[in-house]
Amino acid sequence: MTDLFAARSQMAMSLGFHIIFAVIGIAMPVLMVVAERRWQRTGDAIFLELARRWAKGTAILFAVGAVSGTVLSFELGLLWPGFMAEAGAIIGMPFSLEGFAFFTEAIFLGIYLYGWERVSRRAHLSAGVLVAISGALSGIFVVLVNAWMNTPTGFDLENGRLVRLDPIAAMLTPTAFAQTLHMTLAAYAATGFVVAGIHALGLLADPLNGFHRRALAVALLVGAPAALLQPLSGDLCARVVARTQPAKLAAMESHFKTERGAPLKIGGWPSGASGETRYAIEIPKGLSLLAFHDPDAEVIGLDAFAPRDRPPVAVVHIAFQIMVALGFFMAALAAWSLALTARRQELSSRRWLLRALVLAAPMGFLCIEAGWVVTEVGRQPWAIHGVLRTADAVTPMPGLVVPFTLFTLLYCFLGFIVSWLLYRQVLKSPSAKETDLAVEPSHGVSG
Amino acid sequence: MSELATLPNALAALIVVALNGYVLLGGADFGGGVWDLLASGPRRDRQRVLIAEAIGPIWEANHVWLIIVIVLLFTCFPAAFAELATTLHIPLSLMLVGIVLRGSAFAFRSHHGEENGAAQLRWGRVFAIASLVTPVLLGICLGALASGAVSRAGKAGFVSVFVAPWLTPFCFGTGALTLAHFAFLAAVYLTVETREPALQEDFRRKALGAAFAVFLAAALTLVLSLFNAPLVGRGLTAAPWAIPLHLATGAAAVTAICALWQRRYAAARIAAAAQVSLILWGWALAQYPYLVPPTLTIAGVAAPRITLTLSLWTLAGGTLVLLPSLVYLFRIFKR
Repeated sequence: MTDLFAARSQMAMSLGFHIIFAVIGIAMPVLMVVAERRWQRTGDAIFLELARRWAKGTAILFAVGAVSGTVLSFELGLLWPGFMAEAGAIIGMPFSLEGFAFFTEAIFLGIYLYGWERVSRRAHLSAGVLVAISGALSGIFVVLVNAWMNTPTGFDLENGRLVRLDPIAAMLTPTAFAQTLHMTLAAYAATGFVVAGIHALGLLADPLNGFHRRALAVALLVGAPAALLQPLSGDLCARVVARTQPAKLAAMESHFKTERGAPLKIGGWPSGASGETRYAIEIPKGLSLLAFHDPDAEVIGLDAFAPRDRPPVAVVHIAFQIMVALGFFMAALAAWSLALTARRQELSSRRWLLRALVLAAPMGFLCIEAGWVVTEVGRQPWAIHGVLRTADAVTPMPGLVVPFTLFTLLYCFLGFIVSWLLYRQVLKSPSAKETDLAVEPSHGVSG
Repeated sequence: MSELATLPNALAALIVVALNGYVLLGGADFGGGVWDLLASGPRRDRQRVLIAEAIGPIWEANHVWLIIVIVLLFTCFPAAFAELATTLHIPLSLMLVGIVLRGSAFAFRSHHGEENGAAQLRWGRVFAIASLVTPVLLGICLGALASGAVSRAGKAGFVSVFVAPWLTPFCFGTGALTLAHFAFLAAVYLTVETREPALQEDFRRKALGAAFAVFLAAALTLVLSLFNAPLVGRGLTAAPWAIPLHLATGAAAVTAICALWQRRYAAARIAAAAQVSLILWGWALAQYPYLVPPTLTIAGVAAPRITLTLSLWTLAGGTLVLLPSLVYLFRIFKR
């Protein structure tokens, strides 16, 4: 393993680990606040129980998110000092804003988790709302940095150095809106679906359980609209990528030859050597249509780039296919659930819907991981697109396989413990008998 | 004065302010973990409960001070951050492992669900040991910075670039000093956290012991600094502000100890915080105008003016949100 590859692996692993907790930290507060608000409005104690249990799980996840986020902020320098020395001054702004958003999030999460008996009901709910808002904002600020790496703006390049910096312009790059929207929706969709899946599993075993029924309703309220909107924001992202990062789009679509009326390849296995994509379903003119909304538009292929400027095709293409396929499955499931809800039908008695929701539980997170592979591996060989190569940004520290191994083992261990603790917490869900009494008076407000 | 009042200096000072916040608040949380490890006597379990209750609601907020330090450093002085992160890769990585284990283990223990004796004890142990090791590594990194060894200029070979700068007696002195300070702060704060006289007495004794450890570590570090960290050592002994600073620090230390002795815990808390802050600022002043001695000065590695100006505005705006929130948090959970 070369040092560069070890550094990239450590960064990818750290990001891939942290993003799970970051996403939950963004979306779980919304679920908790919705449940708590319903309890306050209806007096239905099961909603309070739900908010408290979710808060407990969130406390563990948020702590791991906070410390793994700290690791990342250091790793920017530990692994990529060349990047930070060059880019720190221009992308520091969103990081500073993120620092304050995260500060606010941590303060009010402390109040939310430990303040049930110490502050008024209204103050407690407001603390939850502030956690949700600042959580979303910190996610947005961090993604702004990534958007800048994809489409860097706000500077002039002189002899390879960034000069005449404009940090505000660097926050408003061409990909900024599409990427932040896509990621924020992803956070709500992934978290909503994982929670929905867990409680759908509970309902399959215990169909009358009022606890799981309410939990499912709240989880889908947050997750389903986001999942439904996600293909639209994805389309927006892809069109921006087509315009600003043609090599990344070509890798995503495994599009080797520049042509007009380019076909869309679904699935398939790209072979970098031959420039072919085997076993793919081809839709004529599909790619031109999707990328530029014009069936005859020219789509630049990988052949337009020197081999040393091409991203790895197979990884990016396959990750992209996984994200799109799972994303559409979730969107369809969201449409199904929302249609049933609109017709005032009880979701918990639809066993096939519940089974599909169980199946979809991990999909949002798989989509997020795959999506980050697309955007990060798809930008290679660049750390800052067109400005700084990843190989030129890496630390001169030798033996990087050692910290990579160390942090991988640490995170595997933590991941295992967190899963175990949450699994135990889920196992302890109240049974139908326990919730029976509380279900009756609140009928009709839970859905 | 006019040459001091520059934009880069202002931001460097604000970084020290944020570091000061981290030391006084986040540091005390680590100190709490140390006392968890050293909990003893008939009230051992109650000591641990008190520590957990004191840290629980606030440690994540306190931890963010460190993120603010890092973000300000890489935004306003990117080359300095790159140099530090390169040369101190090993101790910083180990410190991060400590930070991760401390935070996660504390959360695992607090939210373990059912009161499972064995598992909670195990996580408590991980939390406590990580709380002990992390401040030492932080102190080692700060010591390496202060000793002017964080520089690759004219060095070759793995050991001389990546190991020698921090594997020195002075750095272990600063590591011990940091640990002693954090434990001291925590013990003093904990006397205010409880109304139970017996527990107060426990932490009063621990605070006095820690004060003695601080004194020893500080004296040792000062002597070692004359050999290993000449710049800081000279500053701390010869600069015109050195005598007044030492007098002020000494006064704060004596006040803290007297207040502890007389069981005036609120006063002891203020004096202890002042003492630790003065030591931090003494170090910062001693290495002025260097950010990373002996090569990188504050003015020399500062980011372009627009970045510094925007950072200042961000800090001003952020503080407007942050300060009332922090006051609210501490008013809810602290006395």
